[in-house]
Amino acid sequence: MTSHLETAANLENLRRIAIDPVSRVEGHGKVTILLDDKNRVHQVRLHIVEFRGFEKFIQGRPYWEVPVMVQRLCGICPVSHHLAASKALDVIVGAKHLTPTAEKIRRLMHYGQILQSHALHFFHLCTPDLLFGFDSEISRRNIAGIAEKYPETARRGILLRKFGQEVIRHTAGKRVHGTGSVPGGVNKSLSIIERDELLKDIYQMVAWSRDAVLMVKELHHQNPELYNSFGAFRANFMSMVGFDGGLDLYHGHLRGRNANGDVLFDGVDYQNYTQLIEEEVKNWSYMKFPYLKSLGRELGWYRVGPLSRIQNCDFLATPLAEIERREFIAYGGVMPMHAPLAYHWARMIEMLHAAETIKDLLHDDDLTGSELVVSGERAFEGVGVIEAPRGTLIHHYRVDEHDLVTMCNLIVSTTHNNQAMNEAVRRVAQQYLQGHEITEGLLNHIEVAVRAFDPCLSCATHALGKMPLEVEVLNEAGERLSYFARSGAGTHAC
Amino acid sequence: MNEPAQPKLRVATTSLAGCFGCHTSFLDIDERLLELLKHIEFDRSPLTDIKHCGPCDIGIIEGGVCNAENVHVLREFRANCKILIAIGACAINGGLPAQRNHLSLAEVLEEVYHAQHGLVDGFIPNDPELPLPLDKVHPLHEVVKIDYFIPGCPPSADAIWKVLTDLLDGREPELGHDLIHYD
Ligand code: SF4
Repeated sequence: MTSHLETAANLENLRRIAIDPVSRVEGHGKVTILLDDKNRVHQVRLHIVEFRGFEKFIQGRPYWEVPVMVQRLCGICPVSHHLAASKALDVIVGAKHLTPTAEKIRRLMHYGQILQSHALHFFHLCTPDLLFGFDSEISRRNIAGIAEKYPETARRGILLRKFGQEVIRHTAGKRVHGTGSVPGGVNKSLSIIERDELLKDIYQMVAWSRDAVLMVKELHHQNPELYNSFGAFRANFMSMVGFDGGLDLYHGHLRGRNANGDVLFDGVDYQNYTQLIEEEVKNWSYMKFPYLKSLGRELGWYRVGPLSRIQNCDFLATPLAEIERREFIAYGGVMPMHAPLAYHWARMIEMLHAAETIKDLLHDDDLTGSELVVSGERAFEGVGVIEAPRGTLIHHYRVDEHDLVTMCNLIVSTTHNNQAMNEAVRRVAQQYLQGHEITEGLLNHIEVAVRAFDPCLSCATHALGKMPLEVEVLNEAGERLSYFARSGAGTHAC
Repeated sequence: MNEPAQPKLRVATTSLAGCFGCHTSFLDIDERLLELLKHIEFDRSPLTDIKHCGPCDIGIIEGGVCNAENVHVLREFRANCKILIAIGACAINGGLPAQRNHLSLAEVLEEVYHAQHGLVDGFIPNDPELPLPLDKVHPLHEVVKIDYFIPGCPPSADAIWKVLTDLLDGREPELGHDLIHYD
């Protein structure tokens, strides 16, 4: 299924165009395109250009620091890292079953995060493309342009996001990088006042989320040609589903399907994810490329996130979102929908589901309970998986008898989508750039395809690489602050 | 803020070696964003499609400097922005990414691209398109002059709002005790 255009056969006489940085996404990435003198496309790559090295420097830290530290990988979805790490550490402290209060507070936090992240992505980042057009004027292709032309849309986006952030603040203590979840449970429950404050607004949030689904569905129906074919490619897909087969973004087991929608695997305990997934490195990106072991590198890559989840699960447990899921599935017909722009529709269905789930949780008295933490028999290795806003997020730790972390492996949502995003930009390059004079508007088409996946390039930069170059950083006085060089044989930092 | 009599101030923002949490906190000014948009316009920022910083009144940078490209972008901001603000722990002292500063780059590379779980035939990416990592992560003020620092990881939305409105109204920005925190 891997398309060509990954690597040009011959680099001579090719012209390079770079989209650098890819904008209106979270994190740092760029796209490079190689063209010949007739503007034929020879190579297109989405590069992840930064690194952190988190897996290394977390080693030797006490495990209880991890849920707080790891959030600093990503300030857009810190709750996902906070909770995935906590779930892995639940295994390590032997907390087989959390108290109902702890589990529901974590769920509330997570669905608050889904709501805020989906709202941010759709309203603040993507509506400019969808409402003004992909090659509309650059000066208004942003949230300020939306606020001017569609003030009510901008206002609702801001308030939906605000509500999600308030859910996080009440459960985690802080809107960004809170501390609410701990190995074995949580460190606070909701007070009645906090709960009532959220209850006051939740009905409005459900209604606005539903309107958002209607809006994106309408866009899809108005222009099916564009929405169904833009950057479209066939792919396997994977997500965690609840033990009952329903959509569950907090807990469950792994299920995967092929491009026809046939189940490839189901009921896989994520503690065993290494039996399912392998990763490979390509020299032009710091982000690795995962694939299903059973299918191998060429055929085994897959897609995660809302478009996968909505089509992978059997049902949504909340009524309004379930109606929308059925309509979405019916629209696709016998085959799953693969079009990148359908991500927006699926994402808004999830936002509605998140709002409804928050509403149900807020009516549950367990949220105000006082039993917060449990522990049991100590283990030395644990895996935590959560469905983050952008897809399946895997955290894996080993901890020694002194409670220090000895090994950490993270596969973040955006990494799972690495090959898929590259496929999408190559398709768009073939569909729109091929043989044309390259304009800013045409290049934005490439970015529209990247944005559909809601990539979090911030999350994806925890790895580290080297370069066949030398660099020095000088301060204003011309003194050397930093230097890096690589010899042919190895890496030397001085 | 007073009614806008003047032309809008131009504001550029970027994230270098940061997590976007400081930008998230900026957006946490919520509805006040609509008010702010009456007084400012964004130049280069993750919110717009402007790829290079042009002449600006205010530049806001989250994250420290971890690779050659960060240095380049930071210098571009300094050259173009009358006032440059370092926002958050990473910009001010390196923050979480600087935890690799006590390790050698080679060690970290080995871990991520060779020793990692579930990795097949690992090697270290070395394409010229990838910016060169620095051996250490640096705070911004070690590379260029910074005019104001807003501490916190991230600073609260109220702190960011206070600094911006002070600047818009022509006051010297001041946070005061209740808006300064370091977590
Ligand atoms: S200071 Fe904190 S919130 Fe800001 S970029 Fe750094 S880690 Fe993220």
